[in-house]
Amino acid sequence: MSLIQFEAIAKRFTASGRSQDALSDVSFDVKRGEVFGIIGLSGSGKSTLVRLINRLETPTRGRVRIDGTDLSTVSPRDLIQLRRKLGMIFQQFGLLSSRTARQNVAFALELAKPKLEATDHKKVDDLLNRVGLADHAHKYPAQLSGGQKQRVAIARALANSPDILLCDEPTSALDGESTQGVLDLLSELNRDLGLTVVIVTHEMEVVRRICDRVAVLDHGRLAEVGTVAQVLFDPQSEAARSLSRHLLPVPPAEIGASEDRLRLTYFGDVVTGDALSAATQGAHVRFSILSGQVSALKSVPYGHLIVDIAGPDRGLVIERLKHSGVRVEAVA
Amino acid sequence: MNDVLQFFSNIDPVEIALASWETVAMLLGSLVLSVGLGLPLGVWLSVTSPTGLAPNRLTYGLLSFVVNVLRSIPFVILFILLIPVTLALVGTSLGVRGAIPPLVLGAAPFFARLVETALREVDRSVVEATQALGASKRQIVLHTLVPEAMPGLVAAVTVTAIALVSYTAMAGVVGAGGLGDLAVRYGYQRFQTDVMVVTVALIIVLVQGLQMFGDALVARFHKR
Repeated sequence: MSLIQFEAIAKRFTASGRSQDALSDVSFDVKRGEVFGIIGLSGSGKSTLVRLINRLETPTRGRVRIDGTDLSTVSPRDLIQLRRKLGMIFQQFGLLSSRTARQNVAFALELAKPKLEATDHKKVDDLLNRVGLADHAHKYPAQLSGGQKQRVAIARALANSPDILLCDEPTSALDGESTQGVLDLLSELNRDLGLTVVIVTHEMEVVRRICDRVAVLDHGRLAEVGTVAQVLFDPQSEAARSLSRHLLPVPPAEIGASEDRLRLTYFGDVVTGDALSAATQGAHVRFSILSGQVSALKSVPYGHLIVDIAGPDRGLVIERLKHSGVRVEAVA
Repeated sequence: MNDVLQFFSNIDPVEIALASWETVAMLLGSLVLSVGLGLPLGVWLSVTSPTGLAPNRLTYGLLSFVVNVLRSIPFVILFILLIPVTLALVGTSLGVRGAIPPLVLGAAPFFARLVETALREVDRSVVEATQALGASKRQIVLHTLVPEAMPGLVAAVTVTAIALVSYTAMAGVVGAGGLGDLAVRYGYQRFQTDVMVVTVALIIVLVQGLQMFGDALVARFHKR
């Protein structure tokens, strides 16, 4: 079921007489309960796109619907209510430096009602606990690390129990370890609360780790949209190919080209199964691995190998591999 | 020792104390009113500015023009120009009472500009995050912009207070009393160098005190 629908979205920015198209003719849906990635290089319009969902930006043409409601018909008063049902986190965190972690989280509730009750205070404590910051509740943002600041921002975004969490480059200002922690937290929230997460990023690595589906933006246009496996292993657009390239190792240039070169991709149980060894059993082939990676998409493991298979039984081995669920493609 | 006493022979402690009190009274009175008037004006400027929360070219242009005009008139001239207004407002153009309206009209626009700048310095992502939480424009101003800009606002009050000290000295020349008046009437016109030295020293102490107090407050508001 579609929770967020983009229908033929166009956005044109006009500044000092010059206008620029940030988005043109973008249409796709985000389903309830999924972690949806929007990936593109800087200037691809991805941050603008996510801001259309809570109407920090308005489209020049086209419609955005949430749960069927066309946002262009929402009154300013209702927009405030709507925004409370949409959490958002930012690359630069957006925390109030004059408030402690706890006060920042409480701030989200104070905007809705000036006097917090005991249940509200308990909720704030629960949220801080949930993001693992109970011990840092009384610290100011300047006393927290980047990862901790983003956790406070997540707790704040969740304070009004939103259905959707919008994330604009949430890990781009973080180091590797904090990135892992924040992504794990987002996955956990998606799983435990059924929260729909829309995450804007320029890193395919982020998409690989937590997204179910992904839309690829290229210069304001939708290059492709699909499951992460589709976009990563079977990209249809140049944009998707170039974004995935560094994630999938290729043989070093020193090895040289070969007509026998194949790309093997396999998922799930196949990764730890005997597909590779069984395929070459008793076959007259030379099987050499030139580059490879075993990793995971969200929680599904995958293997990605570039191999040379040469010899009289090459066809047989390829058949066997395909039969056991390995995708085999020729590499140009 | 005798030479020193000799040098300060023209000093009348009572007159000095009285003049100091007048200066402090002018300063405090006009500072409170300047901040009271300049803060909303500065917020209004910031909100209606082209990059503000509710850009409005006409309002911003008009406010900006008035502020610029008031700021471009040298204070001594502004003081004289405003005498009819001052008479209408407080019934006299002399003394502490008579000095306050021109001091406020001179300092409030100055402070308003500083407020506008301080608010503009607030991190854009904080404002956006507050908007995304469903805050109204009013809430953004009151709960995000002003508290986040507090160190800058306190620094702006300090700068304005120090500017007002120099304005009060100029006001002294045209009938407002205070340390400036003392310095001119005795120190300059009667060649009583000792009076000049003492008044200048007191003004320096006042300015230093204001700056130190202001800096301490800024440090308090900086949450680092």
